Amino acid sequence: MHTVVLTKGVPDFREGKVSFDEDGHLERGNTPTTMNPNDEHALRAALQTRVRHGGRVDVMSMGPPGYTSVLREAMESVYADDLFLISDKQFAAADTWATAITLATAIQHLGEPSLIFAGFKTADGETGHTGPQTCWCLDMPLITHVVALDVDEEAERVRAKRLVEGDVSEIETVEAPLPAFVVADPEFEPSYRTARHRLERKRLRAEARERAETAEEEVTFWDHAELNLDPDYVGLDGSPTIVESVDPIPKAPSEREATVVDPGDPEAMGEVVDELAPFAGGD
Amino acid sequence: MSDTRNADTDGGTDATTGTDAERFEAVVVGAGPGGAAAAAVLADNGVETLVLERGVEAGSKNVSGGLIYAGKSAAYTADDLFPGFREEATERPVTRNYMDNVAGDEVHTIDLKRVHEHDTAWVDSVLRRRMDSWLAERVHERTAEAGGGLLTDVRVNGLLWEDGEAVGVTCDKLDPIRADVVIAADGVNSELARAAGLMDWEEPDEWFQGVKAVVDVEPDVIADRFDVAEDEGVARLFGGDLFDGVRGGGFLYTNRDSLSIGTVFHLDSLAEERAEPHELLDGLLTHPHLGQWLPDEYSEREYSAKLVPDSKKVAHGSPHRDRMLLVGDAAGQMQAQGPIIKGMNHAVNAGGLAAEAYVEAKSRNAPHSAGELYASKLREEGVMDELRPTRYEVTRRLSESDAVTNVLDSVARSSVGRFGLRATGGLAARLFNSPFVLGMIPDTRTSYVTVPTVLAEELGERATGANDADPPTLEERIGELTYDTDVGNPHIELVDESFEASGVAVTACPVSAEGFGGGCYREETVRVNGGEERVVSLDTQPCVECGTCAVVADTEWTHPRGGKGVAFDEG
Ligand SMILES: Cc1cc2nc3c(=O)[nH]c(=O)nc-3n(C[C@H](O)[C@H](O)[C@H](O)COP(=O)(O)OP(=O)(O)OC[C@H]3O[C@@H](n4cnc5c(N)ncnc54)[C@H](O)[C@@H]3O)c2cc1C
Ligand code: SF4
Repeated sequence: MHTVVLTKGVPDFREGKVSFDEDGHLERGNTPTTMNPNDEHALRAALQTRVRHGGRVDVMSMGPPGYTSVLREAMESVYADDLFLISDKQFAAADTWATAITLATAIQHLGEPSLIFAGFKTADGETGHTGPQTCWCLDMPLITHVVALDVDEEAERVRAKRLVEGDVSEIETVEAPLPAFVVADPEFEPSYRTARHRLERKRLRAEARERAETAEEEVTFWDHAELNLDPDYVGLDGSPTIVESVDPIPKAPSEREATVVDPGDPEAMGEVVDELAPFAGGD
Repeated sequence: MSDTRNADTDGGTDATTGTDAERFEAVVVGAGPGGAAAAAVLADNGVETLVLERGVEAGSKNVSGGLIYAGKSAAYTADDLFPGFREEATERPVTRNYMDNVAGDEVHTIDLKRVHEHDTAWVDSVLRRRMDSWLAERVHERTAEAGGGLLTDVRVNGLLWEDGEAVGVTCDKLDPIRADVVIAADGVNSELARAAGLMDWEEPDEWFQGVKAVVDVEPDVIADRFDVAEDEGVARLFGGDLFDGVRGGGFLYTNRDSLSIGTVFHLDSLAEERAEPHELLDGLLTHPHLGQWLPDEYSEREYSAKLVPDSKKVAHGSPHRDRMLLVGDAAGQMQAQGPIIKGMNHAVNAGGLAAEAYVEAKSRNAPHSAGELYASKLREEGVMDELRPTRYEVTRRLSESDAVTNVLDSVARSSVGRFGLRATGGLAARLFNSPFVLGMIPDTRTSYVTVPTVLAEELGERATGANDADPPTLEERIGELTYDTDVGNPHIELVDESFEASGVAVTACPVSAEGFGGGCYREETVRVNGGEERVVSLDTQPCVECGTCAVVADTEWTHPRGGKGVAFDEG
């Protein structure tokens, strides 16, 4: 079973180092990149499929060369095999549509994978479009909001449980022929209920740990020429979306000034008590 | 939520019938020394073996004193089975052995060299997290080669039955597994031995409880205070009036960069005296005699506790049922040879013999006879006689009766007795050094308390020097432990909460104490129909899974679900 997972690097907002230029565009150079948190669920779904049915998991991302760290993360966390980075100046500033065309082309370039996984929306753009649009380009059945799945290899079908309208209490089971495109929900829980699956996962982990050491050197880069893509249809030029303006994220309140008080100084301590007294009364 | 949701996409097997169950040729439950040895021998004989361990890592649930012995006459030893074991998994070879008899500040020391070296190829100190996880890695490699492997974080919760026969195991997080042979090496609190009706937890006098502190010490301080080189170590045992008359003793072993200091008591004595195990341990840690060895700055890495079976009483002569074979503590194979404790070596030996029995039985096309064959190997190899010496059976009836003990105690304490001990001080040392005598030593106050006390009083010297160790409080000790608690899923249920039935757990539980509200068991007074009643209440969050309350209180006791509960870093 050959599966492909799409993953994206997003600015690591946790670090508090996000910076924007004067026009309100993200300054990627100054912002550390991390894996889009929602993609982890897609990766887990792919790993579960591989553990149960064998085969391989390839991870693909489109973005600047620095995204190799994200691909490495994928290899470490879910033991991916081959890593692909679709990277070219021509792809810069692509909207979801131009991204979808590029990714779909790259996936076809890989051959014919049986399952393609994508995460549920990115932490930066939050559109949730890229997965479904890529799927549309590939002309495959699409199953979204997937929380559990199982593949019937013989029948070449995938059966999945999905949340209906994002509600955990309503789950429907659907089936689709392979190849299919799956968008994993953040509620996705991989499950390994047999010892053989657990052992296989453990084996893959040990193997991937070794591979991950040189992961960044092993990434395959593809540019528009390699994928035979017309620059007019990708990147900014191929993007029908026009961004009118960007609202900067409001800044956190500035830090208040601190006063250092010597606990041995009765007068200063008296002032502290006076300051605190009103709160002691529950005000 | 997710479990039920995923159940049928997993091709869900029916956990009750197990008709669809996964199958391995051998399943080994528990990755302590017994399980590791069994699995290694099975795998080396090409048997497809799955090892299941409930801890997050092998060793995370385990505690021992711990000196691992390699018997000269044992069929299997750790270093034979696992090349590199002594270099990589143990702490220090123990080159010196002493017994310190204590009375007040008086100490009388006996060199235990002879008994220590009897039938012993080597002895090393060990810490279990390190040792067991090292073993587990080797076991995984070898079993994986034979088509199986070792999984941690999986708790086996029962036997898989078919037509009244145990044919495999059931687990918390896995579908049931069938096997041609199940080796239950699941330790002192073996749920499998109980499920098969091969062990009960009724009598406190069949168990010891051990409590231990691992004290942080720099290797050069060890070298300095114990006068040992890097590849040498010391073992000291303590007896006498140190422990408020509770029957048992203390130990101190040197590790690479720490000391293991602990106490082991007869559970019935601990219960009767309403003693607090952590206080008895503190009594040892703060005794002036220990001051000379402790570092200037006392700092504890870990506080831990566990039960151990007394093989003289509970070693099972026929530890098998259907296709399940019990090894190690699960079979009661823990030998207390007077103050010397040997469990890990017996677990390794029995694990090897059980595996060997299965391999032989299979080659004769009679895998079902593995249990019988294992039992006869235990007898023929002389293991049973070491675990349950016949001479002990003969002497115990006499020596364990209260009347005889009282007479002996009085004699030992009398001027005649004292004179005798003075005159025969050298003889006492020889007796302590005799494995034959130790094997029949009665489990009475006389041997644990009176004789060591009188020896110290008559022949001892005053401990000089100071001990300013300040051990942590119980609350601090519990606070330092790592737990993955299973909130809302208590693994122990108090069946009878009356003080009469379960009150002793308040004191005997090593993480509870009278007047302490932060442990597992608490005493409470409740108003009932206008009157007042003393009851105990239980909160399992700080439980170290020692198993004590399973024996001394009226409880339904199981292990926490896979991976949950306490995880020891040292053990
Ligand atoms: C304080 C103290 C001091 C001791 N001192 C010494 C000493 O100096 N020398 C010595 O030789 N012995 C000593 N012992 C005894 C020794 O620790 C035991 O005899 C020995 O560990 C027994 O080995 P085992 O393999 O049978 O069981 P264990 O080492 O107890 O291993 C059992 C394993 O099974 C796992 N397990 C249990 N239930 C399940 C389940 N349901 N599913 C999956 N896994 C499970 C456990 O997590 C554990 O890893 C001491 C013990 C104590 C408590
Ligand atoms: S609650 Fe029971 S098993 Fe847990 S630590 Fe206390 S006595 Fe031991």
